[in-house]
Amino acid sequence: MPKVTVDGQEIDAPDGATVLQACELAGKEIPRFCYHERLSIAGNCRMCLVEVKPGPPKPQASCALPATEGQEIRTDTPMVRAAREGVMEFLLINHPLDCPICDQGGECDLQDQSVAYGRGGSRYHENKRAVTEKYMGPLIKTIMTRCIHCTRCVRFSEEIAGVDEIGALYRGEDMQITTYLEQAAQHELSANVIDLCPVGALTSRPYAYEARPWELKKTLSIDVSDAVGANIRLDSRGREVMRALPRINDDVNEEWISDKARYQVDGLTARRLDRVWMRAKKGGKLAPASWEEAFDAIVKAAKKGGEGSIAAVAGDLVDCETMFAAKRLLAELGSDKLEGRQTGLDYDCSSLAGIAFNSTLAGIETADAILIVGSQVRHEAPLINVRLRKAAKRGAKIFLIGPEWDTTFACEFLGEDAGLLHDLPGHVADAFKDAARPAIIVGPGGLAAGALHPALSLANDWNLVRDVDGEAWNGFNVIHTAAARMGAVMLGYAQKGGIKDVVDAAPAVLLSLGADSLDYGAFDKSLKVYIGHHGDAGAHAADIILPAASYAEKDGTYVNTEGRVQFAEKAVFAPGDAREDWTILRALADAFGVTVGFDSFAQLQSAMIEAVPALGEEGIAPLGKLPKGKKTPKAKGAITYPIVDPYLTNPIARASATMQRCSAELVHGEEMLEAAE
Amino acid sequence: MSLADKDRIFTNLYGFQDWRLKAAQARGDWDDTKALLAKGQDSIIDDMKASGLRGRGGAGFPTGMKWSFMPKESKDGRPSFLVINADESEPGSCKDREIMRHDPHKLIEGALVAGFAMRARAAYIYIRGEYIREAETLQKAIDEAYDAGFIGKNACGSGYDYDVFLHRGAGAYICGEETALIESLEGKKGQPRLKPPFPAGAGLYGCPTTVNNVESIAVVPTILRRGPSWFASFGREKNDGTKLFQISGHVEKPCVVEEEMSIPFRELIERHCGGVRGGWDNLLAVIPGGSSVPLVPAEQIMDCPMDFDGLKELGSGLGTAAVIVMDKSTDIVRAISRISYFYKHESCGQCTPCREGTGWMWRVMKRLETGDADIDEIDMLQTVTKQVEGHTICALGDAAAWPIQGLIRHFRPELERRIAERGEGLAQAAE
Repeated sequence: MPKVTVDGQEIDAPDGATVLQACELAGKEIPRFCYHERLSIAGNCRMCLVEVKPGPPKPQASCALPATEGQEIRTDTPMVRAAREGVMEFLLINHPLDCPICDQGGECDLQDQSVAYGRGGSRYHENKRAVTEKYMGPLIKTIMTRCIHCTRCVRFSEEIAGVDEIGALYRGEDMQITTYLEQAAQHELSANVIDLCPVGALTSRPYAYEARPWELKKTLSIDVSDAVGANIRLDSRGREVMRALPRINDDVNEEWISDKARYQVDGLTARRLDRVWMRAKKGGKLAPASWEEAFDAIVKAAKKGGEGSIAAVAGDLVDCETMFAAKRLLAELGSDKLEGRQTGLDYDCSSLAGIAFNSTLAGIETADAILIVGSQVRHEAPLINVRLRKAAKRGAKIFLIGPEWDTTFACEFLGEDAGLLHDLPGHVADAFKDAARPAIIVGPGGLAAGALHPALSLANDWNLVRDVDGEAWNGFNVIHTAAARMGAVMLGYAQKGGIKDVVDAAPAVLLSLGADSLDYGAFDKSLKVYIGHHGDAGAHAADIILPAASYAEKDGTYVNTEGRVQFAEKAVFAPGDAREDWTILRALADAFGVTVGFDSFAQLQSAMIEAVPALGEEGIAPLGKLPKGKKTPKAKGAITYPIVDPYLTNPIARASATMQRCSAELVHGEEMLEAAE
Repeated sequence: MSLADKDRIFTNLYGFQDWRLKAAQARGDWDDTKALLAKGQDSIIDDMKASGLRGRGGAGFPTGMKWSFMPKESKDGRPSFLVINADESEPGSCKDREIMRHDPHKLIEGALVAGFAMRARAAYIYIRGEYIREAETLQKAIDEAYDAGFIGKNACGSGYDYDVFLHRGAGAYICGEETALIESLEGKKGQPRLKPPFPAGAGLYGCPTTVNNVESIAVVPTILRRGPSWFASFGREKNDGTKLFQISGHVEKPCVVEEEMSIPFRELIERHCGGVRGGWDNLLAVIPGGSSVPLVPAEQIMDCPMDFDGLKELGSGLGTAAVIVMDKSTDIVRAISRISYFYKHESCGQCTPCREGTGWMWRVMKRLETGDADIDEIDMLQTVTKQVEGHTICALGDAAAWPIQGLIRHFRPELERRIAERGEGLAQAAE
């Protein structure tokens, strides 16, 4: 702990801290552009200059200077002020003063810092530099004349994303930031460079000229595009969500979100279900109807089917409250046919620990041997891929079973057959025997191939649950793809035989809570009631459509793949006649003439927490002990990954023009080119 | 006082003899190098310290001391490297070129001895891309040395394994900066690194590295053979040894010559260059150490000893001893403006003050050439140079600022005259 003085104030800087960090500890603001906590230190903007004794008689870049014992740091001397003013002036001489039409305006580091540290006047009478635009794909808009060459974007794509796509061309004042051969940035986290860019050089293309930051209402929310549960902020104006930005949460998403999480929000205003629809008896076409008509039809069908002849299938995006409300209703009607795994998976859900990401997202970074069974992590959970890359950089050995994909870390593909789990090559077993923090990750491809229990057996053999340096370590992990999955399991949406049990029960009424991947053909005889927000597959197959709210339009609880309980808040109102899902179910209960025990959202929440206490507390729910794996049946068959088009995995994304464009250009671009020839 | 022929280190500077191994051996290179190595690492470094050799690349850091920063043993298995900076790009400098094309074996032998002393595994010679013939010659000389068993496995029979690699640059001035050179050598964009860590701690591929100038390395074997006190007997105190001076510009016979340090400027020019063109009264100013040091007006430099400290007292520096002589026919503002353009063109663009400042300074200089400026822009230019100097990652910012500061310091009346003259011309035209 080196002792340093900052402007006469003595503080203990942590070991390995830089002078900049020491100054911040002392409560001094140090202006900076290139320095970013999660990126390597570049030291090139020269904005963070301070005076340090002992040292050369010139200002030092505080971001790159280690704090050492006895340093005397000054941040308020005329030399420091002059240095900041000088650097600020240099940055501004070639920066276009187009702030009134710049999308970064109002949240621009350069603007803010020029207020605080600038000269207030210009001495530069030469022509300003102009730089040609660079194409960076459908998400990133570039106005490179504004670039101040901090290289945060370059370092992000190299270090965090692991894709060498962005770099600098030329030198001196002609230096330009561009993507390789001016191709679109192609990785799933590319838009994070927009947040990193301290100026308006890289801005959001879909959001261009849409709004000014100060007119937006900011709502804390949780991303539902995958099961990581990234913490996001929804910025809305009026009834429209304008954009999604990441919030900082080191345990979950650090400071990043996937492109899908960021850009699917424009799908919230397209293809929306905003009125009640019923399928006409004649012709089988959907026609507008009233709530009463719809409820009557449902009640009639359910009564006809007899006691308990009703089932509910939860979609991938629903919140726990909705699922609980439906569960309560079904319970009153004498049914427990609840299921969330729409595509027919029937893995064992008897133990939460057995299907959770036990090592935690932050913990997997520290693993030193990792076996991934059937997961295309970049598509299924991009933010977990970032963690895996960190682990690999620290020296973790990573092995994968499944078809090869373009990893961003050093690894070894063992083969495509799930049966490899029973017959691992010797060096893999050795690596796990030697590892201090071994981990297994089972992805959806692995779950489908029956790899859960074989993997649990391996976890037992390799002793994945252990104490490491006095800390508990559980290296058994499952990656889910649905934001609703863990919550669904906690609320009992898991039949022993999966969706097959529901099909076999042949319910008279099937409540679909936004389930769009379900095979509705299996429910020919049932009255299919779709309670959801988008006109997607579920709505097409439904007999009755009850318009509901998306994740942005209701408060809700979500549980991510770690078992972490998180709350999202309502940002905007649902369009038209659409209602928050729980109110629909509550009204349906009235139609049935049953009492479900809640009249308000608060009552619903307390009833849910009473039933499942873990959902009442933010943080990782108690998952229990890791179960022992069964030796039979064995995993077998070639693994396939469920996600074919990573940009179009849920109804919101499929409705989003931006996501469709990404899919067309980034996933199907080559096919389109070939077709054009 | 002047350097006697017997005391010259570079005996084939002008290429009058063959550069090949046999001829080089006849001149004394590779003469029992094994015995030099047998002195032991610490003893060689002590000798180098005693000789007082200061780095010949421009900064003048004591070479022996620099070597002593290298780790004595590798604690984590990382090898050490010697990198030889042959990216001679400073306008005015042309000494390393003469060494590499006419006396390459001096450099290669020096690379072995120096590398041995700092316990390096190999030497990388980073040669300027434009030096095509020099690179060919040097590569052949390296091959010769390998074939003769002087380098490679069991170099010179000493039991020490040592490799010498030649790497050609691609023509960027900034790659002559030691950390940018290392980046470039690693295959990256040539941009200086932040220091610390210094190369002696983490340099090439993260391994301990010392970067030395060609001349600093090439003189090592001779210093060790003839003894440090012989070398230290030349020049003033703390400015020891002999030095290659490169005199260009308005002298009768521009040349590269090995001379004693601290030789007075007048004597250097008279003895080797046939005097200033048009006589000493015609001398306007001198840039004594390559384009990056401030110029010195005629009356100040005439009797100045040409060494690190003597020129420092004049507010300039010895640099690489690339002496650019300018007589009174020189458009001094245009000359400095051209140098400004060079630095604008060669700035790597990494850090702000240099990237933005060099262009700004050049544009103002361009206007000052014709007086197309306000009088107070001279002061503004001065503050801009001060905003660049000392605020950058590497010394290129300083190098861009100093020539302009020198101009303003010594030739401000000339700048003002041009501005006033142009103003008068405009006023007349308006009438």
